[in-house]
Amino acid sequence: MSVNIMIVGVGGQGTLLTSRILGGIAIEKGYDVKLSEVHGMAQRGGSVVTFVRYGEQVREPIVEEGQADVLIAFERLEAARYHHFLKKGGVMIVNDVVIQPITVISGATQYPVDVLDSLEGKYKIVKVDANEIAERVGNQRVFNTVVLGVAARFMGVEKEVWLKVIENTVPPKTVEINKKAFLTGLENR
Amino acid sequence: MKKLMLGNEAIARGAYEAGVKVSAAYPGTPSTEISETIAKYDEVYAEWAPNEKVAAEVAIGASISGVRSMCCMKHVGLNVAADPLFTCSYTGVGGGLVAVVADDPGLYSSQNEQDTRLIGRAAMIPVIEPSDSQEAKDYMKRAFELSEKYDTPIILRTTTRLSHSQGIVELEERKAPEDKPYEKRIDKYVMMPGMAKKRHLYVEDRLNRMAADLSADPLNRIEYADKKIGFITSGIAYQYVKEAMPNASVLKLGLVNPLPDGIIREFAANVETVYVFEELEPAIEEHVRAMGIKVIGKEIFTRQGEYSANLLRKAVLGEEPSEAPMAGLPARPPVLCPGCPHRSVFSVMKKLKLHVIGDIGCYTLGAVAPISVIETTICMGSSISTLHGVEKAKGKDYIKNWVCVIGDSTFLHTGVNSLINSAYNMSSGTVVILDNSTTGMTGHQQHAATGKNLKGEPAPAIDLVTLCHAIGVKNVRVVSAFDRAALTDALKEETAREELSVIICKSPCVLLKGNVFETKIRVNGEKCIGCGACITCGCPALSKDENKKAKINPEMCNGCGLCASNCRFDAMEVMEVVK
Repeated sequence: MSVNIMIVGVGGQGTLLTSRILGGIAIEKGYDVKLSEVHGMAQRGGSVVTFVRYGEQVREPIVEEGQADVLIAFERLEAARYHHFLKKGGVMIVNDVVIQPITVISGATQYPVDVLDSLEGKYKIVKVDANEIAERVGNQRVFNTVVLGVAARFMGVEKEVWLKVIENTVPPKTVEINKKAFLTGLENR
Repeated sequence: MKKLMLGNEAIARGAYEAGVKVSAAYPGTPSTEISETIAKYDEVYAEWAPNEKVAAEVAIGASISGVRSMCCMKHVGLNVAADPLFTCSYTGVGGGLVAVVADDPGLYSSQNEQDTRLIGRAAMIPVIEPSDSQEAKDYMKRAFELSEKYDTPIILRTTTRLSHSQGIVELEERKAPEDKPYEKRIDKYVMMPGMAKKRHLYVEDRLNRMAADLSADPLNRIEYADKKIGFITSGIAYQYVKEAMPNASVLKLGLVNPLPDGIIREFAANVETVYVFEELEPAIEEHVRAMGIKVIGKEIFTRQGEYSANLLRKAVLGEEPSEAPMAGLPARPPVLCPGCPHRSVFSVMKKLKLHVIGDIGCYTLGAVAPISVIETTICMGSSISTLHGVEKAKGKDYIKNWVCVIGDSTFLHTGVNSLINSAYNMSSGTVVILDNSTTGMTGHQQHAATGKNLKGEPAPAIDLVTLCHAIGVKNVRVVSAFDRAALTDALKEETAREELSVIICKSPCVLLKGNVFETKIRVNGEKCIGCGACITCGCPALSKDENKKAKINPEMCNGCGLCASNCRFDAMEVMEVVK
């Protein structure tokens, strides 16, 4: 059996960094691990998905419909778009912010503001305004590490391991602020 | 030592450990990171070439001289490199030569879904295909051995999912073989008819020998389990089989051209029902059928897109996931970045109601709403010659409201030859070079006009103006992409002119380090009447608030001011940013 994590968001939100931290956690815990990333055209503000799987032996590098233990969403609409990848009763961590896609901006369609309401009860949904928390921590750009901290509440990995991996993964200049962001998310401060 | 590596990083590592000395490539998703990784090893000479044909020829030269060499490309890059590689199949190699080719099932970042295995077959070049990062490294090393043993270039085929997935890889030391001495051999390296006829015989014999010899090679393996169902598969598709049906028997092929008949026959004789599970074209399936073996393949598995374990479960077991995707959600397609110079150029072209022939790059995104300016995109470098074709078909007057756009890197890739043709054959078209000083879409690689090379060292920079003049274009002007008044004049004048002209829109990519506007835009709610004119430029930093007035996401805004220039009510205020 493997642990299946899916990170979704808008190109440029840093899903790659988050999946690489999760990959580091798996290595640190001695598991086999595979990550799947998105590069190229889709990154330009489009809907992006990265996968992390770890366990005794991991075969395919992707998480498929109905298989994710944890869905980490950096944006509300993207959480809804990929909800069906979660297992029944899986954990959905949502950075509850709205980034309008170009199809909404241009007036072609409406943003479904209450899009997550119908999913209540299906999954364990945790909403957080990580952008606001990150701002409070000192830099709006570390919102993704705040969200990761919230997700870490459900993953049973020691705090020290998280901090060590974050230190080894993020750019050296941003280690302290990322640790602070992570702990704020983890401890719900 | 174990390390988590992208498939592409593992390919580069394998080449390094195999002692590769020369590597050349042109960037192309999903292959780019191979070159970016190999460039970090001091023992390897690595370069960005202007296109894949040149890269392949560089690798061929290095190989003939007696060292191990490689070239890397995406699947459509192989079309560009096909000319030298098809004949290199005849010449064979000196030092081992591997062409790494990355296919893109699912078209994450490409214009088609072609299958490199079929091109390998047409070129009579052996193709091997790994299924994870560890195998990517191992197969790369094996590819160099096979190349030298059988005197052939080898194609290592990867796919987007493999190239951009990370897995654990065991690192080993580099073991570079001794350089071979160069041998003058016109029978082998001068492919004129008399010599090539003999080499063609050699090539056929080589493929037959490889298919026979390598049938029992560890590249191919049988994993017997329940013998009721057996899958013949290769590459990433193997992982989906193991995931979905761990109890089925599997023949995993690492050598996908030539196909090893021996092991295929053995496997088919030992399982009741044989499925062939391969992404894209039925390359294995057709071969196995031709051997007289009954299989199930493309009648239940698609030729399109990526495979998955769920796809297999549905097709073979009839199982479907219980939860369906939510219907009717707004799509979120990729968009040009806030502050992108292309958006500014497109806004002028839209205003002038020009027909725009496009090319390959970020600017291809100018085809979709709300920008909706670009009308054709075929392949790298095609825009200039396509416009020329329209003119020769319909006449000079017909293209008075037509232009073509091409990026700086794409222009140097294969646009230059097209411009030569337009000059030579007296086109009167208007060519717009969108010069953002980088190869943008693939993640900011250097090219021959940026002043740096793949290793980040200073390099001579081609001057595009001088180059266009040298080709014979008399009318060449340089305009800032953000100077919309000057650009409007330039486009009006040059499209009216009955001579070939080039307008170079020079403004660096907004994502390049250090290129940040020293301004931000703020909406003055008193002045904004909510007309929505600003929104039409398609900037993702802009939206409307609950009162229909313009709203700017300050984190996304790069301060280019394009929205402000569209506003007739001075509601967009430009603020200096204190750094």
